Amino acid sequence: MKILVLISHVPDTTARIAFTNDNTAYDASGVQFIVNPYDEWYALVRGLELKEAQGGTVTTITVGGAVTEPTIRKALAIGADDAVRVDTEPKDGHDVAAQVAAFAKDKGYDLILAGKETIDHNGSQVGPMVAELLDLPFLSLATKLDVADGKATAERDVRGDVEVVECPLPVVVSCAKGMAEQRIPNMRGIMAARTKPLQVIPAAATEALSTTVKFELPPPKQAVKMIPAEEAGKLIELLHSEAKVI
Amino acid sequence: MGSINTRINMSVIVFADTRGEKVAKSTLETLTYGRKIAAKEGGTVTLVTFGDAPQDRLGALDANKVVVARNIGDADSQQLTRLVADLAGKENAKWIIFTHDDTGKAVAPRVAAKLQAGEVAGAITLPNEQGHIKRNVFSGKAQAWVELKTPLKVVSVLPNSIPVEAASPGASVEEYSGDLGVAKVTVKETRKAGEGIPLPEAEVVVSAGRGMKGPENWGMVEELAKELHAATACSRPVADMDWRPHHEHVGQTGVAIRPNLYIAIGISGAIQHLAGVNGSKVIAVINSDPEAPFFKSADYGIVGDAFEVLPKLIEAAKKLNAER
Ligand SMILES: Cc1cc2nc3c(=O)[nH]c(=O)nc-3n(C[C@H](O)[C@H](O)[C@H](O)COP(=O)(O)OP(=O)(O)OC[C@H]3O[C@@H](n4cnc5c(N)ncnc54)[C@H](O)[C@@H]3O)c2cc1C
Ligand SMILES: Nc1ncnc2c1ncn2[C@@H]1O[C@H](COP(=O)(O)O)[C@@H](O)[C@H]1O
Repeated sequence: MKILVLISHVPDTTARIAFTNDNTAYDASGVQFIVNPYDEWYALVRGLELKEAQGGTVTTITVGGAVTEPTIRKALAIGADDAVRVDTEPKDGHDVAAQVAAFAKDKGYDLILAGKETIDHNGSQVGPMVAELLDLPFLSLATKLDVADGKATAERDVRGDVEVVECPLPVVVSCAKGMAEQRIPNMRGIMAARTKPLQVIPAAATEALSTTVKFELPPPKQAVKMIPAEEAGKLIELLHSEAKVI
Repeated sequence: MGSINTRINMSVIVFADTRGEKVAKSTLETLTYGRKIAAKEGGTVTLVTFGDAPQDRLGALDANKVVVARNIGDADSQQLTRLVADLAGKENAKWIIFTHDDTGKAVAPRVAAKLQAGEVAGAITLPNEQGHIKRNVFSGKAQAWVELKTPLKVVSVLPNSIPVEAASPGASVEEYSGDLGVAKVTVKETRKAGEGIPLPEAEVVVSAGRGMKGPENWGMVEELAKELHAATACSRPVADMDWRPHHEHVGQTGVAIRPNLYIAIGISGAIQHLAGVNGSKVIAVINSDPEAPFFKSADYGIVGDAFEVLPKLIEAAKKLNAER
């Protein structure tokens, strides 16, 4: 089975969020970057488990500049066979998808795994866009994924229910919590990652369909109103009469 | 015929889920969004939907026209994409509006890619004077204004962001008869998660963390939720230890919610937890530790033992319910 996993490079979950250039760019100075948790914990690890059980290869693809390479090496240390980096600073989610689709279109992948969303952009766009650009079916927000007899079976949480869906390969899947357990790379993995192939390819020509013109930070919260524990019931009254939310 | 009569006006397509017992609030929010854009730009609204909603419910929606594809569900995003793209062409759409829910998240980006349209995923405002639309980024820790550069624009609207405006009902209803191809994705089984309000749609959420000590203590949490007509949620370790089902886990790696009221009991307020709940309009925190970081993000706070505070809250909620 040929598996392609989309790996994005995002600020650590505890990173400070600040902007530069008149609030038009993220201030990455001093920020630690990680593999997007959905891509690492769920998409990549499930891809590796399927490969280990059924044979095949796991290739990762990242759209980004040379700064993303330590993140890509982390994915290789966890166990991917090889990696591809499309050398461009993506303009928007569509650009990422267009680059991935341009690479994947004639490679015959059986499974293309993306995360549910990036924790910086939060678009949930790239997976379904890749599926559309490759004219493939899409299993969204999967919490479990299995492959047998040329078919993928997934579970998804929808409207509080659990849905079991099935689809013939090839298919694009977006991966959410539940699909696999996090794997911590061991020393051997880290050493091996240094020499695993990381192919850098030029970007396909694309046009931006959207741009972010400005960022802003939410206004600071008003000071918290404290209620003594002995009068806890007063909270309910205030939520009703003052905040008017119940 | 004069050119005036043959000119097709621009239209706004609103894709909405009309299944279930009644039309969801998020659907009405998305419809309001589409109507406001149509009013501003002088166009009509065509609501595109699927499934088995009764004719009179569809006719009562405030759109110029409703087109319904019977006989399909939401599992196969390729079929829904073909449906929306076909109508967008026929209706000369300039905008296509979705709800940023499970279905919208799968179909809106596909439609945008198919029609090479720019997309705003998870809009929290209407377009401003310059046509820019705001959305959450960095898991709600910041917002971004996005400009769509294409003549056709796709927007998915984050639930609970746009107030519903009173509708003047009356739409003509048509059944879609085009060819949507065969579904590749099929639903094999649906397991009902039981009663209760689905978390993403809930206006009030009662959530609890490791401070509750063990799953056997959730009775009080559920009772408070019931009295407040709220959904229940939990922090990640609570779901990881199987004290509560995984779909209740909120935060950066769980469900992101923005209810009107979020009550957090025995949750420390780690940054990854806040990332999923900081869009809530009002936050109330109950924690025995006065230094718990959650108090910094709270509107109301009680420093106290959950096991003593919860019974008081339940009693007060019962009293409130009895009075109204
Ligand atoms: C990459 C990453 C992603 C993550 N994603 C998420 C996520 O999506 N969601 C999430 O929730 N977490 C997430 N986490 C975990 C997060 O960092 C915290 O560990 C977690 O939120 C803590 O859960 P908690 O508040 O229930 O437990 P604790 O941190 O143990 O806090 C328990 C709280 O209960 C209070 N307490 C104890 N006893 C009582 C009592 N009797 N009455 C009242 N209060 C009491 C304590 O004072 C304390 O504040 C993530 C972590 C990482 C690294
Ligand atoms: N620059 C990128 N390179 C490779 N994959 C990406 C990139 N950006 C996003 N993805 C993938 O697409 C998923 C959804 O991203 P998003 O649409 O930004 O929420 C992520 O979880 C990744 O799997």
